[in-house]
Amino acid sequence: MAINDLFDKDLKVINIGLTSFKDSLEEVNVNVVQVDWKPPAEIDEKTMEIISSHGSYIEKQNEKSLKKILSGTPFLIDLAKAIDVIPGMKKNMILHAGPPITWDRMCGPMRGAIIGALIYEGMAENPEEAEKIANSNEIEYSPCHEHSTVGPMAGIVSASMPVFILKNEEYGNHAYCTMNEGLGKVLRYGAFSKEVIGKLRWMEAVLYPALKRAVRELSKIDLKNIIAQALHMGDEVHNRNRAATSLFYRQIAPAVIKTNDTDIAVEVLEFINGNDHFFLNLSMPACKVTLDAARNIKGSSVVVAMTRNGTDFGIQLSGTGDAWFVGPAPIPDALFFPGYTKDDANRDIGDSSITETNGLGGFAIASSPAIVQFVGGTAKDALNYTQEMYEIAVGENNIYQIPSLNFRGTPTGIDVIEVVEKGILPFIDTGVAHKEAGIGQVGAGVLSAPMEPFTKALKGLAESLEKKK
Amino acid sequence: MKGKIKRGEYFDSVTLMLVAKQINGIEGIADAAVVMNTEENRSILKSSGLLISDFDDAKASDLLICLKAENDEVAEKAMLQVDEVLEKVRHSIRDTEDFLPKSQETALGTMPDANLALISIAGKYATNEAMKALKKGLHVMIFSDNVPIEDEIRLKKYAWGKNLLVMGPDCGTAIINGIPLAFANVVNRGNIGIVAASGTGLQEISSIISNNGAGISQAIGTGGRDVKKEVGGIMFFAALEALNRDENTEIIVLVSKPPAPEVLKKILEKIKNITKPVIAIFLGADEKLFEGSKAISAKTLEEAAFIAVSLAQKKDKNSFQNIIVKRQKRIREIALNEVNTKTKEQKYLRGLFCGGTLCEEAQIIFKDLIGDVYSNMSSREKFQLKDSWESYRNTVIDMGGDEFTVGRPHPMIDYSLRNRRILKEAEDPEVAVILFDVVLGYGSNMEPAKELVPVIKKANSISPTGQISFVCSITGTEHDPQNRNDVEKSLKKAGVHVMESNAAACELSGLIIKMLSDEISKKEDPHGNK
Repeated sequence: MAINDLFDKDLKVINIGLTSFKDSLEEVNVNVVQVDWKPPAEIDEKTMEIISSHGSYIEKQNEKSLKKILSGTPFLIDLAKAIDVIPGMKKNMILHAGPPITWDRMCGPMRGAIIGALIYEGMAENPEEAEKIANSNEIEYSPCHEHSTVGPMAGIVSASMPVFILKNEEYGNHAYCTMNEGLGKVLRYGAFSKEVIGKLRWMEAVLYPALKRAVRELSKIDLKNIIAQALHMGDEVHNRNRAATSLFYRQIAPAVIKTNDTDIAVEVLEFINGNDHFFLNLSMPACKVTLDAARNIKGSSVVVAMTRNGTDFGIQLSGTGDAWFVGPAPIPDALFFPGYTKDDANRDIGDSSITETNGLGGFAIASSPAIVQFVGGTAKDALNYTQEMYEIAVGENNIYQIPSLNFRGTPTGIDVIEVVEKGILPFIDTGVAHKEAGIGQVGAGVLSAPMEPFTKALKGLAESLEKKK
Repeated sequence: MKGKIKRGEYFDSVTLMLVAKQINGIEGIADAAVVMNTEENRSILKSSGLLISDFDDAKASDLLICLKAENDEVAEKAMLQVDEVLEKVRHSIRDTEDFLPKSQETALGTMPDANLALISIAGKYATNEAMKALKKGLHVMIFSDNVPIEDEIRLKKYAWGKNLLVMGPDCGTAIINGIPLAFANVVNRGNIGIVAASGTGLQEISSIISNNGAGISQAIGTGGRDVKKEVGGIMFFAALEALNRDENTEIIVLVSKPPAPEVLKKILEKIKNITKPVIAIFLGADEKLFEGSKAISAKTLEEAAFIAVSLAQKKDKNSFQNIIVKRQKRIREIALNEVNTKTKEQKYLRGLFCGGTLCEEAQIIFKDLIGDVYSNMSSREKFQLKDSWESYRNTVIDMGGDEFTVGRPHPMIDYSLRNRRILKEAEDPEVAVILFDVVLGYGSNMEPAKELVPVIKKANSISPTGQISFVCSITGTEHDPQNRNDVEKSLKKAGVHVMESNAAACELSGLIIKMLSDEISKKEDPHGNK
């Protein structure tokens, strides 16, 4: 619009900065939109130059990533023992949440869960012995994410644990996840008491075969469909899985009854019914199997994994292969259970932020206002959080929708460039573990991802683009 | 000394300054800083002894809090209060407001027909946002300062190619389509267009025009650097041409500090092709430069406004002279009265300005009346104050100078530094006149009289002579949110001589000083009348 054309028009102003200017303009009835501007993350100029010089190429590649994410079709197809199905799994291997880490740097809950797993596997008699083995060369540690697997909190998977098998029918890839143990004293929070091991044994002996029979009876369960419905029912399938668990229960119940003795069926169904988080261990691998299909698209700045091991926070990009970009994990801003405070909290932990990576969880919190109450927020806060996430998303989901935003698709595909340029960090719902092993969950809350992994990732992407030349 | 880093907590500087002000008010707190960890802020902390080693590993996105307290307990308590205040600020945004777009792109999504971006974020980020806006075809006003000059040139060249406006960087004021932007006054609409490379210059001229029954079509700010050699007046020319084409503009006023000689030459050249009358005030520029030019040159901002009003009302350009003559008589009467109240030590003038252009104009007016005056912004080295915080003989201070504004809101908003300075000057037995300006309009201090009146009363009570003359000008109109008439009434009640323009206020102040010094020389001359 030429200068003289402006003189004939009503002023319509975008105000970037001081809000008092917006207030003054509104006082004289001018249409004005305020930008709640934040400074970009600190990053070297060279990286930004490389990234902006490849701007249209990256955009094209991100489109490809997004298309793969949107067209993914996660199904639950079977259950099996970890050692039998997880790629690269070994008898002496223990998978854990988050980016790679060695025993000496592991946090309390992760160590506790490993001790529990070693006792469960019969590799140790007692915690002392387990700790010794854990700290020796006998055990090989590897991130779940590097084995098509995800695990909540400590995310510990050992050889004989049963796992769900998911298949992305569109692209043929698989993903794996253990079954959810419920709340209270549980392995994923680092508890390893007799009671904990006892429950794991029951899950292996009773729950696993019963569900395996039921799933085989149904041949497959469409998880995308369940998630889409659950979003309309108050879940965001990370911190709230009540609706999704109920929907899953409705599908599986007849098959459980049909394929099992009554007393076993009752036991199994009561277990699922009593655990609102049962579906978390299905929503997580559903996201994993969807995002894995979008890996290895050269130049793409889309995040395909975002995860924490209780010490570090790490991400992987579609365009940078297997490289991890890591920084210290933050301590969540949480509502603590009575008797606990922030001093008890461990740094953020778990692969469950795979849900946010797929545009669910904190990204879909507008669907689940109950969650923001964890931090004293309002329903409007929930809407605002989700709307903020559109700023850093490559696109919007075609199936997962948010009723309160007029059925707008969830913000999908985190673009690391937008994160860095806008200084806006992914918003994550999370449970909080006690920093000492064995105590369990002490709160739940929300947090923003730390910036460091994102700036490092962008540098990594720039380097990979330079190499391509 | 107690320090704290809040990681990744971003607040705009204005909010933080208000927080710091609140904390500084706590008893037992000697000093407090609440700032984002930018390089500039670090150097401020360093110079005020508030940069502690705890801050070594802070990042630019971190918030730094440092308190100097008389004991630990006070510090603890104040620290808690900082948290509380920040939390309140955060939540007041969250709870009451609907979602605010976090980026210009998203904002454009909600307002696709936006036509102007008003940018007031830290200078080093402003260019990026301005360029984004220009690429989307928006006109831009950049309030931010500290934008590199290369960026300014790049933005303006790009805008020139797309026939878009870039007002600024460091453009504090503009009036587009009758709408006051940033720091601007509510003026009548009319047929006078202004192009200004000087913020308070634009405010003073547009207010006087409005107060004298004419009005403004457009008032376009360009930022002070536009007329420097490097930028070459790109936007000055663009604005001038736009006003020449604009049907609603019949008279054009140009206002600036003296442009670079080559830019001035180009401007005068350009004026030859302008079909409308052009009044130019380049404060302090050599009159001779205008010889042979079509431009009507004015000596003061007020004179420029008066000529414009005369022409706008289809009168002779000198028709306002009788008003001036009448006023000179009135000023003489006031000055005589004021002189009679003074002790024999009282002989100096102290001018304390929040408007930079007004301070500059004061120096020019005083030069003719009482000779050069000292200043923190003197164009002559000899009269440059060694220490801006200490006046010397006749002194005028631009309170908007960097030494006063780092880490603080502009003195048009925050009067506290100038209030303190008024009291300091009042304690000097040699001071006869304290002159100050009050700039009204959006963005400025909303309750100027309420803040100034107690200070003036106190100044009178602590003055060793008790006989200081207070003189002020008000830049603004009765339509401004502060209402000029109300402010004037309150100040007059407090004994201040409120003048209608900066030029008139300077004239009165200068005359009092001149008369005092004439008297002294008479006394010293034994053959005199007394």
